[in-house]
Amino acid sequence: MINGYLDRKLQEVYSQYLQERLTCPGSSPGYSLTGVEGANSHPTAPTAFRVFSIVLWIMLASLAKLGFHWSGRIPAVVPESCLLIMVGLLVGGVIYGVRHTAPPVLSAEAFFLYLLPPIVLDAGYFLPGRLFFENLGTILWYAVLGTLWNVLGIGLSLYGLCRLGGWGLEEVSLLHFLLFGSLIAAVDPVAVLSVFEEIHVNEQLHILVFGESLLNDAVTVVLYKLFESFLRMPTVSSVDILAGGCQFVVVGLGAQVIAPLFVFLYSYLSYLTSEMLHFSGIMAIVTCAVTMKQYVEANVSERSNTTIKYFLKMWSSVSETLIFIFLGVSTIQDVHMWSWPFVSSTLFLCLLWRALGVLLLTAVVNKLRRNAVTFRDQFIIAYGGLRGAICFSLVFLIEDFPMKRLFITTTIVVILFTVFVQGMTIKPLVELLDVKRKKRALPTVSEEIHSRLLDHLLSGIEDVVGCWGQHYWKDKFEQFNTKYLKRFLIREDKQPKSSIVRLYQELERREQMGEDDEGTEDSQTQSRSLLPEEMDSIRKILSNNLRNFNNKHITAYSRHTLHQDFTVDASRKACLQRHHSMGERHSSNQTHNNQVHFSLIDTKSPRPVHNPAEVNLNGPIRVTSDGWADSSGPSLQNQEQAQASSTSRHMHIPKKLSFVLENEREK
Amino acid sequence: MGSTSSTLSKIPNADELIQETGFTSAHLARLFERFEALDKDKKGYLSPQDFEAIKELALNPICDRIIGAFFSSGQEMLDFSSFVRILAHFRPIDNNRTKEPNSPDPINSRINKLKFAFQLYDQDKDGKISRNELLQVLRAMLEKQVTEEQLESIADRTIQEADLDRDDAISFEEFRKSLEKVNIDHKMSIRFLR
Repeated sequence: MINGYLDRKLQEVYSQYLQERLTCPGSSPGYSLTGVEGANSHPTAPTAFRVFSIVLWIMLASLAKLGFHWSGRIPAVVPESCLLIMVGLLVGGVIYGVRHTAPPVLSAEAFFLYLLPPIVLDAGYFLPGRLFFENLGTILWYAVLGTLWNVLGIGLSLYGLCRLGGWGLEEVSLLHFLLFGSLIAAVDPVAVLSVFEEIHVNEQLHILVFGESLLNDAVTVVLYKLFESFLRMPTVSSVDILAGGCQFVVVGLGAQVIAPLFVFLYSYLSYLTSEMLHFSGIMAIVTCAVTMKQYVEANVSERSNTTIKYFLKMWSSVSETLIFIFLGVSTIQDVHMWSWPFVSSTLFLCLLWRALGVLLLTAVVNKLRRNAVTFRDQFIIAYGGLRGAICFSLVFLIEDFPMKRLFITTTIVVILFTVFVQGMTIKPLVELLDVKRKKRALPTVSEEIHSRLLDHLLSGIEDVVGCWGQHYWKDKFEQFNTKYLKRFLIREDKQPKSSIVRLYQELERREQMGEDDEGTEDSQTQSRSLLPEEMDSIRKILSNNLRNFNNKHITAYSRHTLHQDFTVDASRKACLQRHHSMGERHSSNQTHNNQVHFSLIDTKSPRPVHNPAEVNLNGPIRVTSDGWADSSGPSLQNQEQAQASSTSRHMHIPKKLSFVLENEREK
Repeated sequence: MGSTSSTLSKIPNADELIQETGFTSAHLARLFERFEALDKDKKGYLSPQDFEAIKELALNPICDRIIGAFFSSGQEMLDFSSFVRILAHFRPIDNNRTKEPNSPDPINSRINKLKFAFQLYDQDKDGKISRNELLQVLRAMLEKQVTEEQLESIADRTIQEADLDRDDAISFEEFRKSLEKVNIDHKMSIRFLR
């Protein structure tokens, strides 16, 4: 009953929003602006032109990306998101200068419907599942409570300051401030992802920040819609507030219910469905991605697997680039209204409340965790709270009121500040504070086996003691998974292999390719001595080959280091596939034999054991098909395959390669 | 649930146990209640059958080894003190403990945890994990997923990786070394038992 009441309110909001959209004919994604006067008078554009312009933007985005990767040094210092925004600013400035009207703006619709889902899907798909679920409690704690804390804190303190400060903002109601708080407090997964990818902090920290940024969407959505609907109601009674609170729970939970659907279209459908039902689309898509990953990977052939992952990365990369560029472009507009005190206090408050929030929450949650979150980690969590395009879109969606333009300006300033200042300084800070970084160890089969044994042991002990700990639930899920889900969802002949077996096979393959003549040495040193050889062969390949098309295609995707399973391998694989279609050459595709199952499940083992094998090849990789013919080619490939599918240890051998490459270039 | 003190009074040497294992009295009481719950025939001690009656434990691939770890000296009766001493291995490590020079390591130190894990492999208690013992464990864990040859090669590789003195078996030191990068405290502790 309460929900129905609130739903009616929300429907009113939506229908009004839709009406506004309909009254701007010829509006197209990227060209329309909702609710802001003065900048939506674009002429009706024929469809072809519209598509043309979209493609132009995408090309611009890709060119920008390529440019950065060719420049080598810069990405190390300046995160890509900053550069893209600057490009956007440039372009926006140019357009403004030429046409003297505001350039096209990122429309909320385009953002939420087209640009955001691929990114979130990609993030969810490559989420390190096991780590995520182990830390889920903490992540939820930060996401839900932290966001609530920030929203209320920022909203209320801004309100108080404006009342006291006499900045001419007294007419703005409390609700408006709360609404503003709800959109500005949200940490943006896109921005966080793009910055944190380059700094390689320890996995726990990474997953905390990233997980939080993904999951706080539910809270943001609810609060935003809540305050917006309150704004439209003449009076707000306590019943309304209570109803709002219930909506909260429903939104978060509802997203989970919608979640288990399959593959791309389905995940997109799940996102849309949940958005239509006013649930949190982001949470739905993340859950969907995380759950369906196992089944997709097990059922689908290896090549399709590669394709799926490749496409995900590509899509999300394009989306992200577009978003940042648009952000830059949209900044150049007529709609700005400036107010020094308001903007600076908002900025200050955002930082302050986040810091306080993280401190308090961590103090509480550390009592319950096994691995305490250190102060340094806390600092990074607080500092890493970047705002991004979500705030931007939400602020445009607000119903028009006198101070809206001020809000827009402030939001843009906050976003720019967090992305530029925080984004650029976080890397030096991480090094300065000596935050624990990613481990760079070689995996060993022993470790894997012993870890598995310990997991079984712990489950057993938990059973003996009678407590329902982590292992209990993991096991229970595994049993359910094996008994029911897998039987229906995975083809018979494709039952996934144990992670132990996979790891073992990869290590063996690597060694077979690498050292045929080193018989009896310790395998550890064998694996390590592979590196210099590998590096030499890469250097050779690099210096020999300067073919263009391979270069372009790979560099576009090297940045989104295919986190978990792929290093440059996948892009090379894709190269091979492309080469297939061009010349029917089967080069060394035989080596991609079907023993490599990138599947995650094995019975009785803990949840998905993927490891982010991050290869951040900061320079371009120039590889051609000729490279494959050498014997060094496949070994490189396999080494990376090996690393790619190794489990629970983070491999950084390829990363050394990138350092080498960087150093080489500097010589 | 009875009050802690009444439960504690039923335990014969509660204070000594608390001292030795580091459990709090509340935990000790809880464990005692669990002990009594497992001891369905009210014998005052636990037998392997009582363990096997735990449903989820029976599904565990290494359940017989776990049970064997409890009944380590071959006896068939497990009294409460031994029960608690074994479970003490799974307490999270206290980092704040002051190190007295002559006192022995607490039961839940990293070394002792590793020793406990080691004995799961080393069934014949000769201080080494032989290839055969490793094979048995692997077989139990991997069940029907792999062929026998694959099992053997995996076992060979494991030994190859860890075996530094080339005696084709893994001693405790080698075992410890191969796990030095693993966060044992994290992996081998039950929060419940803090």
